[in-house]
Amino acid sequence: MSKDIKIKKGLNIPLKGEADKVLGTAERSDAFVVKPTDFKNFTPKLLVKEGQEVLAGSPLFFNKEYPDVKVGSPVSGKVVEVTRGAKRKILGIKILADKETRYAAFAPANAASMSGEDVKKRLLDQCLWAYIKRRPYGTVARPTDKPLAIYVSAFDTAPLAGDCDYILHGKDKEFQAGLDALKQLTDGKVHLNLHRELNTDAVFKDAKGVQINWVSGPHPAGNVGVQIHHIQPLNKGEVVFTVAAQDVALIGSAFLTGKYDASRLVAVGGSSVKSPKYYKTIQGASISTLVTGNVEGDNNRIISGNVLTGTKVAADGYIGFFSKEVNVIPEGDHAKFFLSDGWAGAGLAKHSASRSYFSWLMPSKKYDLDTNTNGEKRALVVTGEYESVFPMDIYPQHLVKAIMIGDIELMENLGIYEVDEEDFALCEYVCTSKTSVQQVVKEGLALIEKECG
Amino acid sequence: MKFLHTAFQNMKKPFEKGGKFEKYNKVIHGIDAFETLMFTPDEVTHSGSHIRDGIDLKRTMSIVILAMIPCLLFGMYNAGYQHFRALGDAALAAASFWDMFQIGLIKVLPLVVVSYGVGLGIEFAFAMLKGHSIEEGYLVTGMLIPLIVPIDIPLWMLAVAVAFAVVFGKEVFGGTGMNILNVALTARAFLFFAYPTFMSGDKIWVHEGMTNDAISGATILGDLAAMKGGLETLRFSAQEMFIGLIPGSVGETSTLAVLIGAGILLLTGIASWRIMLSAVIGGGAMGLIFNFFGANGLMEFPWWQHMLVGGFAFGVVFMATDPVTAAQTNKGKWIYGFLIGFMAIMIRVFNPAYPEGIMLAILFMNVMAPLIDHYVVEGNIKKRLKRSTVKTA
Repeated sequence: MSKDIKIKKGLNIPLKGEADKVLGTAERSDAFVVKPTDFKNFTPKLLVKEGQEVLAGSPLFFNKEYPDVKVGSPVSGKVVEVTRGAKRKILGIKILADKETRYAAFAPANAASMSGEDVKKRLLDQCLWAYIKRRPYGTVARPTDKPLAIYVSAFDTAPLAGDCDYILHGKDKEFQAGLDALKQLTDGKVHLNLHRELNTDAVFKDAKGVQINWVSGPHPAGNVGVQIHHIQPLNKGEVVFTVAAQDVALIGSAFLTGKYDASRLVAVGGSSVKSPKYYKTIQGASISTLVTGNVEGDNNRIISGNVLTGTKVAADGYIGFFSKEVNVIPEGDHAKFFLSDGWAGAGLAKHSASRSYFSWLMPSKKYDLDTNTNGEKRALVVTGEYESVFPMDIYPQHLVKAIMIGDIELMENLGIYEVDEEDFALCEYVCTSKTSVQQVVKEGLALIEKECG
Repeated sequence: MKFLHTAFQNMKKPFEKGGKFEKYNKVIHGIDAFETLMFTPDEVTHSGSHIRDGIDLKRTMSIVILAMIPCLLFGMYNAGYQHFRALGDAALAAASFWDMFQIGLIKVLPLVVVSYGVGLGIEFAFAMLKGHSIEEGYLVTGMLIPLIVPIDIPLWMLAVAVAFAVVFGKEVFGGTGMNILNVALTARAFLFFAYPTFMSGDKIWVHEGMTNDAISGATILGDLAAMKGGLETLRFSAQEMFIGLIPGSVGETSTLAVLIGAGILLLTGIASWRIMLSAVIGGGAMGLIFNFFGANGLMEFPWWQHMLVGGFAFGVVFMATDPVTAAQTNKGKWIYGFLIGFMAIMIRVFNPAYPEGIMLAILFMNVMAPLIDHYVVEGNIKKRLKRSTVKTA
């Protein structure tokens, strides 16, 4: 039965530089990098050596704990470099791409007529499993998991996020095939969560064999964690899967054609981007193919992913495994004089969830925010702030404090199994005391996974 | 402004690693306090949310201080007004606005200077000793304290109270954000119990009341508590109570000025409207109950006028809403606020020795706030546990 969920708490941050729904042409990247660091709590074990030839969809590395879970190469070519960090941690696997992509050969398959075990095997073999995440923890799903349900959020409410309707327009068949495959993985339902205004495309509205739920409200209404909480909150010991809408289509296309096609539409936006729009590119492509010549100023931060949860990448870096957008915003690494643009100013250019700057008088204003923290780190003083942007029946500040003191039982009681760090992104944004809330939650989840499995 | 920024950097240099005064490097935190006052640092985000809200603790605190300015200015004026009024109608008629304001200015400004001087001095010392940056908490406390003491309080007494409150009310718990009791009220409670002759009675509330026998300056609550007869002997109209032309602590008398402050706090969203509203409801409820029985002057005193006199309005708006010492959950805030209002009026009426019920009510509820939160959060936990057992069973 379809559910209607109205989210009231939250915050839409109106940023300048939203991508126009126009497709730009990006030059093809010569090299591609897959970063094991894009996967949370994942210990990579290499399956390739430098100099080895790979096909698109051939496995590059697997998870030490769950060796069946492999991550595939987005393109065909030659592995040229494995970059490592401290303690020889693998940071990236660089592939010099062929001119024409050759694919690892799999026969086309109809997931609807396959058994659950066959679908699972196919997903694991074709390196598609890595796109499936699990709750609790928001890590890659384990092949041993028996999910109660599978959730797909078809819209993203984060600032400057890509529009799923635009990205998946015309991919009805692929998306449906992906849903058919996911359906075989659970005895429960596949929930497709749509937004009445944001999702009008037939690709979502006409989806079959799933429960469509309607969600409305400000960010984080598009976060799948928030949706799960309102549809059927997760209890200790329960597991559900989540897959991003774009990745559902990727899985579907791999079943239909037998090819692991990692190409995708990426929204390139942010106030430093000259002409924000969408580009067709491939996962792991070089960032410079998207931003070179398209950026104003020379002191910018490039983010793979959205501005609330994404990863900072260098100008010569590469797009992340799950990223649907690349955002470029100005760095804020300069001191701000208190009367003009500091704490005592009128603050017309400052965005705030409170009404403490006069910018609140201009509700339709779009902001050009930089990466300055706008203040120093302090002890937690203000209360009720996190709660106002956290639409779950959970006490966020209490949970954060429980994590800070490392009290596992308290974390469990306060609902840590229901959250992922992205759900706390807005708490971190609004925090007067500038606490790194997402980092805290990330560490808490890692601790729980280590201690409680 | 670049030269100023460079000047700060140069000032810190000798204390940095390899500098001349390296072993005194904790002094940097002191210099930092001034530098960050002038310049929001060039610190950027690293992971997580790449952009941050424009608000910081400095902004928050400065808005609270701004909200108290009407109380401060009115308090200065009222100090003179009460002085001349107590001297008689002729004196009052002869005094100009400036005559009145001047008395307040001369008496109140030193209170503010001593409060900030002593309090910030201790904060700086602790921060430098412990090697952390100076937090902004005292900026508000430092303004609150002069507003809640009698006008003629000796400055040394104020200094002792501030030192006690900051050290034992706050620093021993770990500084800003860690204290259990409201620091300003700790200072006032210290004065109240350590120097009762300077903090209660009918002589201290008007300038020169203690030295000039001609001046009697009992507060309305003091009058009511001592009164044998009914309400008709009250010397002040409800309008005077609302505007604040009544004797009392420096900044607490004017409900009008407090309301302006409340407006600023609520408009900006800095203070909790839940606490303010529920405290007014709680105070009103208790007042109505007393009105129903009406056994003596204090009980007969109309419930709504209770909110105009004494420190009720000031306490509810500026001190009950202190987020560090209040309940932290939204449900808890309703309970916390209601009980503050309820108990403030109850203490006032039942115990005429403590006409300032609001101070004790807030301090008591400060202590109770974690308990309230505990049960609110416990309710959430129970719900979660129940949900999980129902499903697996």
